Amino acid sequence: MQKITRDALVNKALALLDNGTVDRVLGWKKGELAYDVTPAVFTDGKSIGEGFVWNDFCGANFSKYLIAETKKTGSKVLVFLKPCDTYSFNQLLTEHRFDREKVYAVGIPCEGMTDVHKLRAAVGEGICNVEADGDMLAVSTVYTDEPVNVPAAEVMLERCLVCKSKKHVAYDELLGEEGEVAESARFDQVAELEALTPDERFAFWQNELSRCIRCNACRDVCPACTCEKCVFNNPSSGVENKAAANSFEEKMFHIIRAFHVAGRCTDCGECSRVCPQRIPLHLLNRKFISDIDNFYGEYQAGAEVGSRAPLVNYDQDDLEPSEVFGGRE
Amino acid sequence: MQRIGVFVCWCGSNIAGTVDVQAVSEALKTEPGVVFSTNYQYMCSQAGQDIIKNAIAEHKLTGIVVCSCSPRMHEATFRKTAAAAGLNPYMVEIANIREQCSWVHKDMPIGTEKAIILGRAAIAKVNLNTPLTPGESPVTKRALVIGGGIAGIQTALDIADAGFEVDIVEKKPTIGGKMAQLDKTFPTLDCAACILTPKMVDVAQHEKIRIFSYSEVEAVSGFVGNFDVKIKKKARFVDETKCTGCGLCTEKCPQKKVPNEFNLGMDNRRAVYIPFAQAVPKVATIDADYCSMLKNGKCGVCAKVCTAGAIDYKQQDQTIEEKYGAIVVATGFNPISMDKFDEYAYSQSKDVITSLEFERLTNAAGPTAGKLLRPSDGKHPHTIVFVQCVGSRCDSCSEKGKEYCSKICCMYTAKHAMLTRDKYPDTEVYVFYIDVRTPGKAFDEFYRRAVEEYGVHYIKGMVGKVAPEGDKLMVRASDLLANKQLNIEADLVVLAAAIEPDKSARPLATMLTASMDTNDFFTEAHPKLRPVESPTAGVFLSGACQGPKDIPETVSQAGAAAAKVIGLLAKDKLTGNPCVASSDELMCNGCSSCANVCPYGAITYENKEFRMPDRTVAIRRVAKVNPAVCQGCGACTVACPSGAMDLKGFASSQIIAEVDAICR
Repeated sequence: MQKITRDALVNKALALLDNGTVDRVLGWKKGELAYDVTPAVFTDGKSIGEGFVWNDFCGANFSKYLIAETKKTGSKVLVFLKPCDTYSFNQLLTEHRFDREKVYAVGIPCEGMTDVHKLRAAVGEGICNVEADGDMLAVSTVYTDEPVNVPAAEVMLERCLVCKSKKHVAYDELLGEEGEVAESARFDQVAELEALTPDERFAFWQNELSRCIRCNACRDVCPACTCEKCVFNNPSSGVENKAAANSFEEKMFHIIRAFHVAGRCTDCGECSRVCPQRIPLHLLNRKFISDIDNFYGEYQAGAEVGSRAPLVNYDQDDLEPSEVFGGRE
Repeated sequence: MQRIGVFVCWCGSNIAGTVDVQAVSEALKTEPGVVFSTNYQYMCSQAGQDIIKNAIAEHKLTGIVVCSCSPRMHEATFRKTAAAAGLNPYMVEIANIREQCSWVHKDMPIGTEKAIILGRAAIAKVNLNTPLTPGESPVTKRALVIGGGIAGIQTALDIADAGFEVDIVEKKPTIGGKMAQLDKTFPTLDCAACILTPKMVDVAQHEKIRIFSYSEVEAVSGFVGNFDVKIKKKARFVDETKCTGCGLCTEKCPQKKVPNEFNLGMDNRRAVYIPFAQAVPKVATIDADYCSMLKNGKCGVCAKVCTAGAIDYKQQDQTIEEKYGAIVVATGFNPISMDKFDEYAYSQSKDVITSLEFERLTNAAGPTAGKLLRPSDGKHPHTIVFVQCVGSRCDSCSEKGKEYCSKICCMYTAKHAMLTRDKYPDTEVYVFYIDVRTPGKAFDEFYRRAVEEYGVHYIKGMVGKVAPEGDKLMVRASDLLANKQLNIEADLVVLAAAIEPDKSARPLATMLTASMDTNDFFTEAHPKLRPVESPTAGVFLSGACQGPKDIPETVSQAGAAAAKVIGLLAKDKLTGNPCVASSDELMCNGCSSCANVCPYGAITYENKEFRMPDRTVAIRRVAKVNPAVCQGCGACTVACPSGAMDLKGFASSQIIAEVDAICR
């Protein structure tokens, strides 16, 4: 259950609208189902009072929405940022992707978000309502009379289980208590994959990526994927395609994407959260992050604005290609 | 669709010996876009070029592929040929079927197959080529010479005499370099100072030359014709414009125990000093490491005695920014450290010295006023052993020394031996050598005189150990020709230490993006044909920074470098390279990745208005490449996450087409 209440967020949004600091609010609203909470732009107090949602399904990272929002005329936009979202926020600022002056950022604490897939696996289909109560989620389904109780930690998103930071790295104002950068076990799975033989690893990814339906959700949600024209939409790029029509698409789409975001990915985990096929796409990005850490020293994209990412920087101590296979240590 | 002509060169038998040129020109005839294909004995000859010109006219060719030697050899030739026939020179592609094919294969079928594949790749590329026009950039008519030794002095004088301004940056308080420390010079035995100091004076008095002494190059940006250089003038705590060089301060300074680097630490100087009598500029310098006024604010004697009021304890480092059209590197050399050569007891005995220290011991301006006396007890040495190749010509796996020959040691050792015997006939002189190398005008005669007329004992063999015993040095060595062990009781041992590039060379090479070899000598653009140019345009090499050299060779190279600089500065405009990066504004995000990786600072950003799909106007930040600054390295094209950055003439699509053609 989230420590900060919906009321706290709503009151903050209303106050900022009232005093003219902002003229619109980037928040979450109810979707078709109990668990598909959707990002929304609110422009008045009434719609906020009725439609603003804050619960364990508010995983969406709003940073990327700021690119379009700050291009609009009008005054500032209010955005609520969970700690992990602030890294994407900073990374986009580093890349000059939006105008910081046009944003009022409110940092909010986060206790971890629920993985819809895990929840459905735990309680079955037909979920019609979810109520958080302490560490438990009471899940009502159309097939059961009584709500089923599930421990929230058991159905939490993988990215939240290995949360890298509860500290906000960017905000104008903070609601609730500030946390700390966490000791995260997020590279354990990468190490497991690295321990496989190349054939085993190929089989693992073949199996995972074969499920891709090329819906482009991972790309569309990714805060690092902000090209004016994506290579996959560009007929002259040579890799443009729409459907997972062949094995090239299956394998190369995600690998090209991982390369394109290498060094810029903050490991926000949105790609895996939105994947309808439950492909662990974040592992590709984490492999890059761990390699970069290993080769060039630890680097967290988005930890600060304006940092020179190792892949677009050069110093004389950079390792030579011949050293790469042994790593630095 | 392009109309492409293919011209396969035999290069006599260089290519035709291992490549069936007829088969290659036949096979390439059927490639997409090819309308004409032929072969000829020497495409680069006048007759060969005429074949190309005629074919361009007759077949209305829009692009040509020449299958010949490396583009480094003849790309320029064939571009000119194309231009003469009215074709844009950048519609020419070279398939290197000599260096990368015929020379590396022995088997005709394999060589032929590879030549066809390489030709195919070049055709695939030229299909995507577009005509390019180079831009022009102006030339700043001023040269920078880094290093004020004999190399830098000669280069600066030659450039200045041609009428161009020259600045010399010298990190020491005076110009002169190593030559100023030498006694006599081989093989004519003129006194080094007598021939060097007039040149130093010429430099000081030349109206076109400025000397930045006690200064270092801090940063270099820009490109050929337009370098921007930051020079740090280190604080010397003496106002150069006021100091008359009278030397009174250097006599009165109470801090007398500062090792004198000019005499290699064999005597002491004061904390305020002028390195030597003929120093240029003749200005005192305060050594901040030893001056008690600067260290703890107590003393001030020099300021009191200075009648010119030149002492300024508050002087700060100063940074000067200047523009140059050309840069000459003349950073010179140093003897290597003897730390790793314990067998010669250099650190154990004061009487084991290096050859440069020997120069100071025999120099009239040296610590002994030119009398050859042992550093330990000031007695005259009666037996001297010279050891050659100390750290030179070492095993490649040895970590002690250098693989290369230091080149100057054989001759200066012959000089030392001869002069010693000449002045002190009662002294026995032994020289231990691996080989005696004397290729140079009047060099071998000089060496033979040392042996034949002066009775120097030349012994082929190496010294195994030098052991101090009492006031003697026991030298254990082998005589390879007599096949016996020798034990010599010596008074003085002189080590011909290998020479290495100055330590300042490597960081400087990084600033200049000039390449170096594994020994930190600067690499020339071509070892035979462009020996004084660095591969980096506008950067030239003078003296021992490029490799070990004696004075005559250094002076001739210095003059050659000057000639190249004059040739460059005489131009008003330079034609640029049109193969530069450019950004597709419609795709650019303005993320700055390209600017971050650009080594030349060629990329800036501007806010531009764009019509959005919803018909609104948005302002977007987009990258802009300065084509005059861009060197076409392509780093930005791979850093760009959006694929907005591409290189003209080497577009990603062209390179992929080449790869595809090879893999077909």
